[in-house]
Amino acid sequence: MADQKEVVFAGFGGQGVMTAGQLLAYTAMEEGKQVVWIPSYGPEMRGGTANCTVVVSDSRIGSPIINNPMSACVFNRPSLDKFGSMIRKGGLLLINSSLIDVTSGRDDITEMLVPVNDIAIKAGNAKAANMVMLAAYVATTGIVTFETLKRMLREKLGTRKEELLEINLKAFEEGRKLAKKVRMQG
Amino acid sequence: MAKRLMKGNEAIGEAAICAGARNYFAYPITPQSEVAEYLCWRLPEVGGIFVQAESEVAVGNMLFGAAASGKRVFTTSSSPGISLMQEAISYMAGAHLPAVILNIMRGGPGLGGILPSQSDYFQATKTGGHGDYRVIVLAPSSVQEAVDLMILAFDLADKYRNPVMMIGDGMIGQMMESVEFPEKYREPNKPEESGWALTGAKGRDSRIIKSLFLDPEKLEENNLLLAEKCKKFMANEIRHELYKVSDRNRILIAAYGTMARICQTAIDELEAEGVSVGLFRPISLFPFPEKVIHDEAVKKNIEKVLTVEMSVGQMVEDIERCVQGRKPVEFYGRTGGIVPTPNEVKGKVRELLKLTA
Repeated sequence: MADQKEVVFAGFGGQGVMTAGQLLAYTAMEEGKQVVWIPSYGPEMRGGTANCTVVVSDSRIGSPIINNPMSACVFNRPSLDKFGSMIRKGGLLLINSSLIDVTSGRDDITEMLVPVNDIAIKAGNAKAANMVMLAAYVATTGIVTFETLKRMLREKLGTRKEELLEINLKAFEEGRKLAKKVRMQG
Repeated sequence: MAKRLMKGNEAIGEAAICAGARNYFAYPITPQSEVAEYLCWRLPEVGGIFVQAESEVAVGNMLFGAAASGKRVFTTSSSPGISLMQEAISYMAGAHLPAVILNIMRGGPGLGGILPSQSDYFQATKTGGHGDYRVIVLAPSSVQEAVDLMILAFDLADKYRNPVMMIGDGMIGQMMESVEFPEKYREPNKPEESGWALTGAKGRDSRIIKSLFLDPEKLEENNLLLAEKCKKFMANEIRHELYKVSDRNRILIAAYGTMARICQTAIDELEAEGVSVGLFRPISLFPFPEKVIHDEAVKKNIEKVLTVEMSVGQMVEDIERCVQGRKPVEFYGRTGGIVPTPNEVKGKVRELLKLTA
């Protein structure tokens, strides 16, 4: 239990939060961890909210339902409102500051403002915002290595989307740099 | 074989192929639709057939007909769809036909909702259709266990020539976990070697498969045969798991499926807070592990038995039956698609032990 880590990815349907979570789950499994990926499933629609939780552990995972996750990556305002207050004390919150102009108002967690949409556009495709966020989260927590993460991205995208692969890899790099910069600023 | 990260629904579909099943009939319904989505491209790859029927009533009868041919047949659905199949399940049981039926349960009654639930326990374990029959009911609590039990379900169906159900709440179908499949996939079975299947009567006497017995003596004979099978289920097919059960336990929790995992986390956290609780998890819901729960519950250190379900209380009646009034049996549940959290379970345990948080 002590080695268990949980993270919620939450945003609008179409922002790639499910994919970001799945890629993290694949990567953690590849590195020998136990993983569970749980989607919010319900009467969802395009433009509505979507979220998934990824649980990573060295030992058998009990509840797939997490009361208070250790971390959350929120891509839009409704997700911040929903998950900002649920994060465990001492936890981590990554806020997509391209679309969210407020913070959680909590002083008992680490909060990072990451303009993932802006950075994704610079990297070549706005749709890569989820990869920028994932990279920022991975760089901050060290939950998996970038080496495996990149390898799994290649495996999952395949060779038929060479162009997207380049953009996504660039998004990873930018997300990683961003996390470093934000942390330096404290 | 290498580990794969798969959604429960997809893994269950692959498990059926692994068990040598090639004949699948279904109608899409949330939260089970990914089984059909997966098998509609995967089955043709291995020479199998998926028929999307016009309704679950049709699915049930296609299953009935195909099962009579002796091939491994299965369907998957969710609660309202399973209700529509009950007539055919009763006919299959009466006609001694093997089939595997998966129910990824959603909230009911009626159309209810689409979120996880365990409120079809009575329907599955107490005979969903009419008549004197029972089906074996298996309940996995992880994606890997869903794979293992799905393969087992086909073997049990063939062994007893009886329908077998696997039931999981919506979470089991929707969540992704790492799974491993057996190295060796089974070849499809050979109905002509079965000794009972309808394979064409060329060179042998014809066979009749039916559930209609107008002569009461014959019908009773058939029902006693079904009762005999039921005794064999009780003797041979009981499966369960105990978690952190010890003579320090003050409470024994009974839960199955995803609910059991949630209780495990609650138990781990309570242990860290100095409260010892054990878990009894039935894997076969029918036959129910009657003796196990009785023997664990009556141990001196157990003050109360707590049943936790995603229902208003169904399995709790079996727990009460087995504990025979020798210990208080308490209940906690949520319904409508709401899944009790570890905190809620902990709260209930504290309340029962009159502990403050």
